Amino acid sequence: MASAIFFLDLKGKTLLARNYRGDIPMSAVEKFPVLLSEAEEESSAVPPCFSHEGINYLYIRHNNLYLLALTKRNTNAAGILLFLHKVVEVFTEYFKALEEESIRDNFVVIYELLDEMMDFGYPQTTESKILQEYITQESHKLEIQARPPIAVTNAVSWRSEGIRYRKNEVFLDVVESLNLLVSANGNVLRSEILGAIKMKCYLSGMPELRLGLNDKVMFETTGRSTRGKAIEMEDVKFHQCVRLSRFENDRTISFIPPDGEFELMSYRLNTQVKPLIWVECLVESHSGSRIEYMLKARAQFKRRSTANNVEIIVPVPDDADSPRFRTNVGSVHYAPEQSAIVWKIKQFGGNKEFLMRAELGLPSVRGDDEHGGGMTGGFGGSMGGIGGKGAKRPIQVKFEIPYFTTSGIQVRYLKITEPKLQYPSLPWVRYITQSGDIAVRLPDVA
Amino acid sequence: MMALPLGFVYMPTVSLQKLRSSQGKVAELRLELNSGGKKDKNYATKKIALKRIVANMTMSNNDMVALFPDIIQCMHISSLEIKKMCFLYLVNYARVRPEIAVNAIPILEHDMEDSNPLVRALALRTMSYIHVREFVAATVPLVKHMLRDSDPYVRKTAAFCVAKLYDHDRHMVEQSDLIDRLNSLLRDDNPTVVASALAGLMDIWERSDAIKLTIDYTNASKMVAILADCSEWGQTYILEALMSYVPQESGEASLLAERIAPRLSHSNSSVVLTCIRVILYLMNYIADQKQISALCKKLSPPLVTLLAKGPEVQYLALRNALLILQRRPEVLRNDIRVFFCKYNDPIYVKVTKLELIFMLANEKNIDEVLTELREYATEIDVHFVRKAVRAIGKLAIKIEPAARRCIDLLLELVATKVTYIVQEATVVIRNIFRKYPNQYESIIGTLCEHLDSLDEPEAKAAMVWVIGQYADRIENSDALLEDFLYSFQEEPVEVQLALLTATVKLFIQRPTKGQELVPKVLKWATEETDNPDLRDRAYMYWRLLSTDMNSAKSIVMGEKPPITAESERLESSTLEEMCLNVGTLATVYLKPVQSVFRSARPRKLIASPALQKQYLANDIETQKSISMFGNGSQPTNIDLRTRNAVPSPASPAANGGGNLAQAVNDADAYFSSIGTQQMAAMRIDGGDDGFGGGGLNGTGYVVNALAPQAVLQPAHGEGSNGDLLVL
Repeated sequence: MASAIFFLDLKGKTLLARNYRGDIPMSAVEKFPVLLSEAEEESSAVPPCFSHEGINYLYIRHNNLYLLALTKRNTNAAGILLFLHKVVEVFTEYFKALEEESIRDNFVVIYELLDEMMDFGYPQTTESKILQEYITQESHKLEIQARPPIAVTNAVSWRSEGIRYRKNEVFLDVVESLNLLVSANGNVLRSEILGAIKMKCYLSGMPELRLGLNDKVMFETTGRSTRGKAIEMEDVKFHQCVRLSRFENDRTISFIPPDGEFELMSYRLNTQVKPLIWVECLVESHSGSRIEYMLKARAQFKRRSTANNVEIIVPVPDDADSPRFRTNVGSVHYAPEQSAIVWKIKQFGGNKEFLMRAELGLPSVRGDDEHGGGMTGGFGGSMGGIGGKGAKRPIQVKFEIPYFTTSGIQVRYLKITEPKLQYPSLPWVRYITQSGDIAVRLPDVA
Repeated sequence: MMALPLGFVYMPTVSLQKLRSSQGKVAELRLELNSGGKKDKNYATKKIALKRIVANMTMSNNDMVALFPDIIQCMHISSLEIKKMCFLYLVNYARVRPEIAVNAIPILEHDMEDSNPLVRALALRTMSYIHVREFVAATVPLVKHMLRDSDPYVRKTAAFCVAKLYDHDRHMVEQSDLIDRLNSLLRDDNPTVVASALAGLMDIWERSDAIKLTIDYTNASKMVAILADCSEWGQTYILEALMSYVPQESGEASLLAERIAPRLSHSNSSVVLTCIRVILYLMNYIADQKQISALCKKLSPPLVTLLAKGPEVQYLALRNALLILQRRPEVLRNDIRVFFCKYNDPIYVKVTKLELIFMLANEKNIDEVLTELREYATEIDVHFVRKAVRAIGKLAIKIEPAARRCIDLLLELVATKVTYIVQEATVVIRNIFRKYPNQYESIIGTLCEHLDSLDEPEAKAAMVWVIGQYADRIENSDALLEDFLYSFQEEPVEVQLALLTATVKLFIQRPTKGQELVPKVLKWATEETDNPDLRDRAYMYWRLLSTDMNSAKSIVMGEKPPITAESERLESSTLEEMCLNVGTLATVYLKPVQSVFRSARPRKLIASPALQKQYLANDIETQKSISMFGNGSQPTNIDLRTRNAVPSPASPAANGGGNLAQAVNDADAYFSSIGTQQMAAMRIDGGDDGFGGGGLNGTGYVVNALAPQAVLQPAHGEGSNGDLLVL
């Protein structure tokens, strides 16, 4: 429950505000930039909620804007922060991009939306597809006067009736991203697969869909024999269209989808996975005037798959210069703006292994006093020493592997029935694995 | 298609100077607003003028208020677009010019009879936002009507209206039958309307002592049955309302928990967190330990998944994990690695993760934890690095078999000579000495190498303590102390007190070395200070030393009470209250609700035959804590008892699975089939407050509720007053 919502520029100047409860003076917002900068002095990142003189400030940042909610009550913080994110989502759909300019250009529509999306501080309809049916930027285009869509108060609050397509199609994208944290000696400290099934749904009427996956728990509960591999999802989250009780009972994923693009579900697996692209790195310092990196990268997946657009980003000291590289594949360049060298490999075949050697000059010999001494040699990983931008950054690895999922998840079927219209329809499925946040900690400098 | 006379709008070529002045602008806009006349089809000119007025209003151009009468005139036009802009203007300026605003009342009343529900709801919503007596008085009879509107969109709007009116004028609402009518809206056959009515009632209840919210099992079940048919926000409102249901039987509580558990798979994190809150609450009323374990198992994956969301949600989840870990350690028992920090995590996330890592660290995972902390101790953010170093020291105290490894790591860090690391390490090493006397004194030499880098009072005081305590073992202890004493007068009291005690200790252990220093320090501390604490302590030592050296020795060098690292646990009644507020702001601040939200309605577990007594019994097993760790709170280790109460890891599928799932289905089927009139039994009415009214139910808060609030309370603050977490 929010008392008021503000859109501010990065200097903290209010661009637009909506007061929902009138229990907080709107001037309280003037304190926000002051409090923010005070807190920033203490730490490099200010938490998303803080309180001052009985008023609570909850905010998120988006592009060159702050979205801020004020409240006096001990309110559901998750609700408010998520609502702010929803505002970003809806406004982005409306204005293509949400930034300072789009606020200034759209005062009237924004007020209308804010009036519809929140009442007395309580979030209401936040489905942009439904809002677009009765709040538009060019209302004179509506031939008849707008009415509240039934969906606003209906059990199916995300889809309107009367949608028609000539060709009925559904596109499924199974996208998995891999998060890895690898220690300097090559131990996988944390690995996690975050998957999502995204849909593009172009179906007429009120179709009833059922999605079948090779879900281990489902096979077990239904007593069906497993053909091929089944996967064990640690946790699953569904779009609000999915009947959760039904899933809880017999693991059936059944739903009436929203129209167009949406994320049907996301899932998480904690299974220990080996890094798909394994990176080993040795760092050697030569009497403090040169630093040398030796990298080995190996693709640990089957020969028939290929990783595309592989990027291995190795942090180097801020003041390194005169780089020299040697590699048997791809290209290497020095990116001084991010104090890193970037090794790019367009296509990286399964089971292949490549090497790269980089040597950079360091402008000055560093003394112990200057850079914290032991920290540089003992821990730093990079020679930047503590406090420098180069301190302790890990190696990052980026890639994409099409037609492949790390977890082995498979769409077994997607059944589409529309009882009234009974049209034929075509589901399409694609799989892709992407690097998520992959960090390999740099070893100590030898 | 006719061309619109658009050029007309931007006609101000007459005199730019004049128009720039504010009066000119108002006049210009007025002219524009009233131009066009019959030729202005679709009111295009008016719309453009109104848009400009809205823009001016947004940019706080308060001259726009002069246009009030003109705006009122525009309200008659039956164009939704124009109405919306006029109403926006009205809400903005009504309180500035109430005498003009009242002219809008008849128009609004008229609009509430419009055939379009969008117009009816808009008029009602607008009217109820205006905190002007005439408006409130006019709205009350209208809302009664609108609560029974044929369209659910209007009824939903009316439900929130009642709460608004209550906010404007509670007596007027209490004298009417509005609350009763809102209550009967719970019988509505539209789930969105029911959820809105609940939200409205809860909003009123939160602010009023005169109102009681009673939800019995039948009501609660009915609410759960419509959950799936509500929007994501509606689900949150229903789940929050379920916190007012007090289970009378253990079976009721577990059945309900099972039935709401599917919400844990919702993609909206707010639904998930609120659901976790309700399940944690219901667990207090469940007797069967197997079911408790099964529920705990269900809570774990969703909580971990929240950590993969954006930083804001992640932070919320982590703060709540700190609570859940203390209340139901089973939920997060085996998951220490999920809290390892990513390089790009914001600092507030990292700091909270660090606290969780500390809490979850044990003998088995200590090596892994120390490797991780070593990594953190070399990061960039000073605040975070300090906490990492402090955590290493506290682990030495918490996990005795790992003390040596922790100390080695601390020394490795001290060798970096980074001043804030050295200072932080000095402070924690002092505590390690206290915990393990006569075991690790060999490292004193290393500490002494870094005396010069100490410039913070806490670190100085710690070092001085070490010198005094081990004066007989440190060869040049007198010289070291003398160095520190050089600046005695300029030191903060904390350091002065430490110096005084250390000098006395030196004298007691090595009288010849100390005999010159003691009288000097005693003289300073008694004659040349304004601080009563310092003076009193100095006099006490003086008397002691001049009376009986042997007693002085046994008092000053006597055995010290042991210290532990467990004192950062919340006091049990605070923990109980916090767990009833999972997902709210108080759990982000980790402060007792009343200390931040003074007017908040206190929440506590309501007694019922099903309430599990072992969680309530507040027999205190306190442990003394030293000042660095605690803020003088009395820590209660409720966690131990919880563990004892759980017999052994149960297999949830065996018992909780089959039967319960069937029961859940039956219950869902039953409650979706019975008529909606069941909801009528749910009542909100005037009368005694079930929640202990005055708010004086003595929860032993750590923080004085009357103390002025700190200027800013970033929830990650270090042991500053009022913080419940002390890492």
